[in-house]
Amino acid sequence: MLDKMIFGRYVPLDSLVHRMDPRSKLLLVFFFVCIVFLANNLITYGILAVFTLALIALSKIPARFLFNGLKPILFLILFTLLLHILFTKEGDVIYDFGFIEIYEGGLRQGLYISFRFTLLILVTSLLTLTTSPISITDGLEQLLGPLKKWKMPVHELALMMSISLRFIPTLMEETEKIMKAQTARGVDFTSGPIKERVKSIVPLLVPLFVSSFKRAEELAIAMEARGYRGGEGRTKYRQLSWHAVDTLLLCTLAVLTILLLLFRSY
Amino acid sequence: MRIELQDVEYRYQMNTPFESLAIHDVNIEINPGSYVAIIGHTGSGKSTLLQHLNALIKPTKGRVIIGERTIESGRKEKQLRPIRQKVGIVFQFPEHQLFEETVEKDICFGPVNFGIPKEEAKIRARKALKQVGLAEEILEKSPFDLSGGQMRRVAIAGMLAMQPEVLVLDEPTAGLDPRGRKEIMDMFYQLHKEQGMTTVLVTHSMEDAARYADEIVIMHQGTVYQKGTPFEIFSQPEQLMELGLDVPDTVRVQLKLQKELGVRFDHPCLSIEDLALEVKRVMERGSR
Repeated sequence: MLDKMIFGRYVPLDSLVHRMDPRSKLLLVFFFVCIVFLANNLITYGILAVFTLALIALSKIPARFLFNGLKPILFLILFTLLLHILFTKEGDVIYDFGFIEIYEGGLRQGLYISFRFTLLILVTSLLTLTTSPISITDGLEQLLGPLKKWKMPVHELALMMSISLRFIPTLMEETEKIMKAQTARGVDFTSGPIKERVKSIVPLLVPLFVSSFKRAEELAIAMEARGYRGGEGRTKYRQLSWHAVDTLLLCTLAVLTILLLLFRSY
Repeated sequence: MRIELQDVEYRYQMNTPFESLAIHDVNIEINPGSYVAIIGHTGSGKSTLLQHLNALIKPTKGRVIIGERTIESGRKEKQLRPIRQKVGIVFQFPEHQLFEETVEKDICFGPVNFGIPKEEAKIRARKALKQVGLAEEILEKSPFDLSGGQMRRVAIAGMLAMQPEVLVLDEPTAGLDPRGRKEIMDMFYQLHKEQGMTTVLVTHSMEDAARYADEIVIMHQGTVYQKGTPFEIFSQPEQLMELGLDVPDTVRVQLKLQKELGVRFDHPCLSIEDLALEVKRVMERGSR
């Protein structure tokens, strides 16, 4: 199951999307997240879907892998859908079970919102799948750079982010290792009554916490031993470079926004 | 209990861009009452191999026969718990799996999961603790207050208290000091000798493999490169060295004597005592 988690993972391939500047990718994702909320009918959602699929195709990430990665959050999507179907009371009643009525508006809303959710997850996963954690942090640090004037700890934030991203796979590995060790001691994580399964979390979480704290401490010591003193006057080995593609892509996004505004129903 | 692997292949993360072949065409048998050592470099597939021994992972091809059960790819398996009770795996750095408030509870955790009554489990805990060479006083302590070596022993005791029929050990002494190493390895050997415990030892140490095992399996690049008794394996030390694997110090001394003095030995010596006798014999033969 854990193998399928794609969030926070980087797939090193050579594609247009991979080569893009992390700054433009970050901006792209940021604006995409904003304009997704402009869509409110079939055409606008269609436009967004086409754009997302085009990005996926350009990234060369195998579509099957990406969609498999959605499986762990399928539950959340279905849950949203269900909530809307059951509780949004808009438009005509299309089905009446007596104790529950399903409204046309509720069904539509539910479908749209789960689709929106899917798009958001796809695009944000695409960002982490095509950009190494280090580039993301570099990009973020530069984008937020101006905020330093207002005493925002930009470098520290970026560092925190890169450390968390860096340790997601490590934590996953660790989880799997401990799960296996406890399975060998007779814990059943995958079947059995709910009560037992909830109880089985403890033998997993305690060792995970213990090792995470230990690791954090070791990391801090290692950083200090190598003379880390924060971002002041720190130079960069990796230089970011903005290319025509990056500008082009952001322009596409602008066009997308205009299209959405045009076809949006009021 | 007998364990057999037939043409086993295992791929990690099938159908993703991270897919990788860990082991392939592995055929081995582990007979009841034997002591098998599995040796190989890091990344040779040892750890993947041993997870098949109690069905923690399912082969992506081939099959694993554990006692009466057959684990095959593509078939859903239920009720794996009995297998896990009979085949106990002590993972690398087993102290990472400790979690209970007291040592006693932690040792009892495995047995209780397998349906052993609490009282019986407590008796087993005391016995297991004694086997690993710890005093009963620590039963009430938190496992996190112990030293690294003690934690390791407690974790091993937790596995022993399950009273498995087959004990699988993944580098059980990694990171211990030489004395602790010897104590723990001797303890496992005693268990094997006295109770006929089937033992599978994954190790880097040729000395341990030579001293304790009846059979050695050499893993190389995900498959079985060679298997045989320690005698068979170490009679061709050059082959091992070509793979970049070590040979026991005693065999190395023999090799050196052969090369520099031209003496000939009849068989590889796997212990210092044996080597001393051999050298004495060869010298007497030479002087006559």
